[in-house]
Amino acid sequence: MAGIARITPGLSASLCRTQSVPAVTTLVRTNTTQAPKQEKSTYGPLKDQDRIFTNLYGRYDFKLKGAMARGSWYKTKEIIEKGHDWILKETVTSGLRGRGGAGFPTGMKWGFMNKPSDGRPKYLVVNADEGEPGTCKDREIMRHDPHKLIEGCLVAGKAMHARAAYIYIRGEFYNEASNLQIAINEAYNAGLIGKNACNSGYDFDVFVHRGAGAYICGEETALIESLEGKQGKPRLKPPFPADVGVFGCPTTVSNVETVAVAPDICRRGGEWFASFGRDRNRGTKLFNISGHVNNPTTVEEEMSIPLRDLIERHAGGVIGGWDNLLAVIPGGSSTPLIPKEVCDDVLMDFDDLIRTQTGLGTAAVIVMNKSADIVRCIARLIDFYEHESCGQCTPCREGVTWMAKVMHRFQTGNAQQDEIDMLYELSKQIEGHTICALGDGAAWPVQGLIRHFRPELERRMDEFDKKRATSN
Amino acid sequence: MKGMKVKTDSPVTRKAREGVMEFLLVNHPLDCPICDQGGECDLQDQSMAFGSDRSRFTDNAFTGKRAVEDKNIGPLIKTIMTRCIHCTRCIRFASEVAGVDDLGTSGRGSDMQVGTYVEKMFKSELSGNVIDLCPVGALTSKPYAFTTRPWETRRIESIDVMDAVGSNIVVSMRTNEVMRILPRLNEDINEEWISDKSRFAYDGLKRQRLTTPFVRNNSGELVATDWETALFDIAQRVKDANPATIAGVAGGQADLEAMVCLKDMINRLGSEVLCTEEAFPMINSGTDFRSNYVMNTTIAGIEESDLVFLVGTNPRLEGSLVNARIRKSWVHNEMCVVLLGAPVDLSYDYQYLGDSFSVLKEIADGSHPIAKALADADKPMIILGSDAIQHNNGSLILDTVKRIAKNTKKSLNHPDWKVFNVLHRNASQVGALDMGYKPGMDSLKCDKPSLLFLLGADADKLNNDDLHGNAGVIYIGSHGDAGAQMADVVLPAAAYTEKDAMYVNTEGRAQVGRQAVSPPGMARHDWKIIRALSEILGVSLPYDKLSDVRGRLAEISPTFDRPGRVEETGFDNVSDDVTIDKITHTGATAPVVPALLKLRDFYMTDPISRSSLTMAKCVQAYDEAEANPYSKPEAI
Repeated sequence: MAGIARITPGLSASLCRTQSVPAVTTLVRTNTTQAPKQEKSTYGPLKDQDRIFTNLYGRYDFKLKGAMARGSWYKTKEIIEKGHDWILKETVTSGLRGRGGAGFPTGMKWGFMNKPSDGRPKYLVVNADEGEPGTCKDREIMRHDPHKLIEGCLVAGKAMHARAAYIYIRGEFYNEASNLQIAINEAYNAGLIGKNACNSGYDFDVFVHRGAGAYICGEETALIESLEGKQGKPRLKPPFPADVGVFGCPTTVSNVETVAVAPDICRRGGEWFASFGRDRNRGTKLFNISGHVNNPTTVEEEMSIPLRDLIERHAGGVIGGWDNLLAVIPGGSSTPLIPKEVCDDVLMDFDDLIRTQTGLGTAAVIVMNKSADIVRCIARLIDFYEHESCGQCTPCREGVTWMAKVMHRFQTGNAQQDEIDMLYELSKQIEGHTICALGDGAAWPVQGLIRHFRPELERRMDEFDKKRATSN
Repeated sequence: MKGMKVKTDSPVTRKAREGVMEFLLVNHPLDCPICDQGGECDLQDQSMAFGSDRSRFTDNAFTGKRAVEDKNIGPLIKTIMTRCIHCTRCIRFASEVAGVDDLGTSGRGSDMQVGTYVEKMFKSELSGNVIDLCPVGALTSKPYAFTTRPWETRRIESIDVMDAVGSNIVVSMRTNEVMRILPRLNEDINEEWISDKSRFAYDGLKRQRLTTPFVRNNSGELVATDWETALFDIAQRVKDANPATIAGVAGGQADLEAMVCLKDMINRLGSEVLCTEEAFPMINSGTDFRSNYVMNTTIAGIEESDLVFLVGTNPRLEGSLVNARIRKSWVHNEMCVVLLGAPVDLSYDYQYLGDSFSVLKEIADGSHPIAKALADADKPMIILGSDAIQHNNGSLILDTVKRIAKNTKKSLNHPDWKVFNVLHRNASQVGALDMGYKPGMDSLKCDKPSLLFLLGADADKLNNDDLHGNAGVIYIGSHGDAGAQMADVVLPAAAYTEKDAMYVNTEGRAQVGRQAVSPPGMARHDWKIIRALSEILGVSLPYDKLSDVRGRLAEISPTFDRPGRVEETGFDNVSDDVTIDKITHTGATAPVVPALLKLRDFYMTDPISRSSLTMAKCVQAYDEAEANPYSKPEAI
């Protein structure tokens, strides 16, 4: 679920502008006396010294000793002592946007928690329910670099005056939860978290809660419900979690990657982080490349790296060569696919992917070459959403089931051509009419398929008709 | 959210609703012609407003619609789960209002099912309300199944008499037959709910009915006869009897009109012996002050209270909607409940003080911690169950509770708040006491009456030993129950759905019930029977119309003249002063325990529900549920 965000690909720049990071844009736009900052025009590859996740492949010790050797927990006390305003300022400067899929500016989101306290404790909830098909970034952090996350919890917690952090980890992540718990125990024993964390006078606890394996529990309010012991069904908003969240207290839910990069942003400065990627798409990012590539991998790269570069440099290229590429799902299963001609020059960041009517999502790149049955692939994705719909809202419960039925007929071609338009209309009838974004996430892949592969669908229907005509 | 604007009729909203409507109908069966909800179905109504006139769900030909197995959740609610649209209203009602977590969901998304997980009975005294709540025909009434369509019935607004709550009901009638009973909104009494007994006991109106007068012949058998013979037989018996020892007893469901006619007739015959079946201790000021025997704070007033002290009552079964109101407060207002009596399941948590009278005495002395809790509470309520004061110890219990109430009042911040409340069980009781009937039959038994009129008195609390040697018994009532069995002359009267009649509920609120159907056979309205009889006995009552009787009622008490309203009880403090400290406290007394303990006891409590097949099925289903290892047994 971590990949779904309610930013419709169709609504491009106008919507996104309102979500930009004010501090950065001000620098660029209004200061007329100073020469505009020189922007880069090429992005990637990332230099080794700029990597945040230096143990992504588990080659080194994940425990405290190894983590400290790689720079974790270095001067954390000083960061905490600089206070929440400073941490927030650095986060805003860095231009970090949420890594869970929606891409909401992190500094602004954490800033929502700084209302005057009404006596209720505040909580940080870390969304480690990484269930989006194709996405495998948070698990790498948690099993190979858990101290990055724990330190991030402390820094992010300080930024919002949180009393404790709850890490809601996907039930299937047994080893990840185990490593994480080992790391938490180490951190407690070393006095890094708990009472008087890092000797900074700040009390902060970290708890791990294992989910039961429902995709919907990755939606923030469903996650809160699940954490409270109820069925994971998203809540209506408002009230937003920042007002009424877990256990009725102000809460911020953030993705693992977002939280884990916070300490390094604070240590190396927001400016450093902002030196990567295009404006409003700053930073480094974990990309997961899977599907028909020679070396499926998870890699940390600069934002705005061209998709082709990413695939060819890190994943060993598409099986059968770039010309054998059929389509790419660029941001996890809920983002619409893009065909090869778009893939040729698209940049991997929020804005450029929205320009091409898709989304960055969780940056889980699913590559399909010409051996893939594209209709079957999308039908399989819809099956997933049908199975994972919580059933609370009618459009999602009934609509996705309906779409799945139609998609399976499209796979064989057993349908009328006007049903393609009907299916598109159905997906529009689901999109935006549900409490959470699962309905949207189910509708978008179908819309992408119809947008780019309508001739393929029509061809199958014609073929099916012909076959039936001859057999009769 | 502040400043938020919600558009309910914009083109976007309309389009969204049309979309949702289409999706809902995708898996909804086309059952309308055979569905009991037809005509009062929310989905039908929405479909009329937002539905398309044609379907584009082409997959019907390929995969068909969703089908779900029906569940058996007892003899009252019929389930056709394929029709369910997953709104979960029934679940929320069960767990939030009824306090019974029997219903829930299993599965997810379109595979979700509403049910009880394992097959078991939906064990709640309010279960029938989920039928009204269900927006589609997934939950319908089992007894009502396939009988009428809503547009064929006439709906008559009336009052329920199964308990002393006086729930507002709608009686659906067709072809002079009660087809079903539904709740009617009254925020002061039953809100929008009614109990299962009120809703489903109506088939008892068609069974065991007295449709013709009977007179007992020389060989001791009741023989059907005509009105003239029966009335002249009574005239002969009155002539033979000693006028001073002619007595009348009002039963639990007697209406005000009949009671006032009976009282006036017997008074005119020269007797003062008129009493109710249900006792109320006549200590000190007895029933002279209304505040001694009604629910002074009113039912809606429960929501203001922060501490409720229940004494010898099981409100869940004695007044289900009073209990629902207590639960509502318990959930939303953080009200505390303390119970002295049997450890029954009230659907909410309470502090249990045991069932010993000595605890009550300790509270009255101030040596028990609850005495302090009562004194510290903002608006405490003490609710005394009428069943606890039926026995010999009743006067002692009543006196002690009144002393506690008086002590509590001393430290109260709200001088107008009345602490003492009585929860009655019978619809007639408060009205009868208001009118001057003596509670209980002790005095009657002392008098050994020579002629006895029973007005629907079926509680089986009298036997022939209590009467004068060859005393005659005349029964006026609707059902062939305990009263008719001991009677020498039986006069068939109307049940509550068959007459325009008034009842006073436990709050002291007079309400008007209206006639839905006509009485069966030769049965007549109760007050008219007594009016006719009085003429034959030579003591004609001067009431020819119902309005004349109502005029007479208004003469007796202004509370009878203002139906629907509660007159605040006065002389609260005075009545306390008169009543306190005149009883000498004697030794140990029996446990303070009400009669209705389990849900099983709830279903059959009066002649109508005892005659009801549906209620009998409920008892049977309850027994089966008790044997079901998956069904949670009741606490007690």
